[in-house]
Amino acid sequence: MSNSETHPQGSYLDNHGKYKGLMGWLTSTDHKRIALLYLYCIVIFFFVAAILGLSMAIEKMRPGQDIMNAQTYNGFFTVHGIIMVFMIVIPGLAAVFGNFALPLLIGARDVAFPKLNLFSWYLYVIGAILAVLSQLLKSGPPDTGWTFYVPYSSQSTTSVIPALTAAFVLGFSSILTGLNFIVTIHRMRAPGMTWFKMPLFPWALYATAWIQVLATPIIGITLLMVIAERVLHIGFFDPALGGDPVLFQHLFWIYSHPAVYIMILPAMGVVTEIFPTFSQKPVFGYGAIAISSLLIAFVGYFVWGHHMFTSGISYWSKWFFSFLTFIVAVPSAIKVFNWISTLYGGSIDMKPPLLYAISFVFLFMIGGFTGLFLGALATNVQLHDTTFVVAHFHYIIFGGMGFAFFAGIHYWFPKMFGRMYSNRRAYIAWAFTFVGFNLLYFPQFIIGVQGMPRRYFDYLPQFQWGHFLSGIGAFILMTGLVLMVWNLVHSKRHGAIAPSNPWKGVTLEWQIASPPPVENFDEIPVIKHKPYWFGKDDRE
Amino acid sequence: MSYSKNIAPSEHHDYLGSKMGMWIFIFTELFLFGGLFLVYAVFRSQYATDFHKAAEETNTFIGTLNTIVLLISSMTVAMSITAIQNNQKGRAIRLLLMTLLLALVFMVNKYFEWGHKFDLKLYPGSQVLTNLPKGELLFFGLYFMMTGLHALHVLVGMILLTLTIFRIKSGRVHAANFSLIENSGLYWHLVDLIWIFLFPMMYLIT
Repeated sequence: MSNSETHPQGSYLDNHGKYKGLMGWLTSTDHKRIALLYLYCIVIFFFVAAILGLSMAIEKMRPGQDIMNAQTYNGFFTVHGIIMVFMIVIPGLAAVFGNFALPLLIGARDVAFPKLNLFSWYLYVIGAILAVLSQLLKSGPPDTGWTFYVPYSSQSTTSVIPALTAAFVLGFSSILTGLNFIVTIHRMRAPGMTWFKMPLFPWALYATAWIQVLATPIIGITLLMVIAERVLHIGFFDPALGGDPVLFQHLFWIYSHPAVYIMILPAMGVVTEIFPTFSQKPVFGYGAIAISSLLIAFVGYFVWGHHMFTSGISYWSKWFFSFLTFIVAVPSAIKVFNWISTLYGGSIDMKPPLLYAISFVFLFMIGGFTGLFLGALATNVQLHDTTFVVAHFHYIIFGGMGFAFFAGIHYWFPKMFGRMYSNRRAYIAWAFTFVGFNLLYFPQFIIGVQGMPRRYFDYLPQFQWGHFLSGIGAFILMTGLVLMVWNLVHSKRHGAIAPSNPWKGVTLEWQIASPPPVENFDEIPVIKHKPYWFGKDDRE
Repeated sequence: MSYSKNIAPSEHHDYLGSKMGMWIFIFTELFLFGGLFLVYAVFRSQYATDFHKAAEETNTFIGTLNTIVLLISSMTVAMSITAIQNNQKGRAIRLLLMTLLLALVFMVNKYFEWGHKFDLKLYPGSQVLTNLPKGELLFFGLYFMMTGLHALHVLVGMILLTLTIFRIKSGRVHAANFSLIENSGLYWHLVDLIWIFLFPMMYLIT
């Protein structure tokens, strides 16, 4: 068990292997380096998409045209969605923290297919380049929304095909990562680590990986069908050619609903690691959390129609989808009870990871509750396509997955970089982020109920107060995000040297040096205890 | 599933894990084609008579020929795996070459089949096609997209098998480490399986 700050073999951040410097990073099959490759891309593209979002908020602070015209606005919300959904939120947690921490948590030296892992990252980069290309080509940025609904997506003269191809390539990257993680979890757990001795972040990644593998191909083929419609005039979705536009919506959401569970399950896994560490007691209801992850993944396949309640599907279809939507909320609620119960009676240490994790629970609950209004058939009619929906999914995705990502980066930062960040700056950044976030999105619930449509460039005067407040919130939020990233970037070079176990955690990653050596463990550990065992004898 | 203490990752080969990975990938391919099967099912139930009429344009003879060709190729690839397991390098390579040849025959048949349709001006976006009743139009759209995507996968399979031949020659694939040939064979069986579905769907039951 290594307690030394620097491992005698050096860390994965130093030059090893055949290539040095940048080439060493671009050719590395080390899961820890690949995690950082993903991290840097994701941070960059997150800010690109965030600035697009901020621009939209600025534009909407006053009615009428201010800094952009309507066409540009449509292009902005489209690419904001494409980047955020396909490049940040779907890959984000699994590709960064899954890659970094999964092998460590299960006592392995790497994932099952390290070269495939690097290939997944290259696919991600190619997808990103295609998405950027769609913005720069002469036919203009796509204006279809990230949901690419037909008939507009087959008719729009903008660069839809590069965007569709980008999503396809990014989906392939996601599939391969999921495949890698499934085999890793099945085959590479340390001796003695049975399924129910495995920590809960791997459980979450396992459930997520199955969704990645089974749902993503459906959107793959659907995107190909839209490309076929644009290029070859094969008209599965075009009524003039015999097709059905609602068929597109079904196929699209059969993936895109499970996709939101790809987004949220790893997030839940991350906070499930943070709560026991900062309460210094085991997770309450380990079995419930493990099984509820699988249940969410499973039931999540059967609710896609709740995106289509106003599309003309039959009454009994709507009834079925609404019913299952209410059911799928139950395993999530079970987790919330388990998290709170983990904290209860514990020795609470309110470090930044815990603060973000608690914020996650709060914001996720708001998002979840507002989802019930959308899942109920009668209220959905009023709320569909309003900013209520926009606020709902931003609370769930940004407040949920986003804040869990912030929690995760503050949790594993010392392990990844061997440095501690400034807690004070982290708290200040948190305050700006939390206040800004709520100010940005909460008013949109209210004006949404009052009738403000989504994806609208302009609006009636009675909605201006809400947009104005949102705009202020957007600036405050952006300040917080910049502060947060700056704190981390600065601390990477100037922070105090981190010990192996700054948080007194009991999972395997805290038993090795910070940052870890290339092959993680000198000796593969043999697992004897339950996970989250806080017995004091051999852990100190 | 135990680890020896200081094994470097490059020395480690997990036969079972490798197979598991390929099986999962095969599932993703099934779901990819599954989307098209779903669309086929939806429109076939809606336009049953049109599908029947349009299917008369498909050449059942070539379709049957291609089915037999692929089935035999699945047999040859399976035999090549057994050959490698018995250390019969030459035999394995010959059987893989036979598989590739059969794949080529399949593609040539496809070339003629599609070529004939193009001669009749039956291709996506053509005037003739656009003037057909909606159900027939959809049938041809499905026909070209499904057989086209399948042909792409035949090509990928051919590339995999060619790579395998080179690796057998260089000695990297042998009786103690035959994951590549087994997984490539598995992929080839998938390509065959998809055709086994496509053939009745496009040529027989309509």
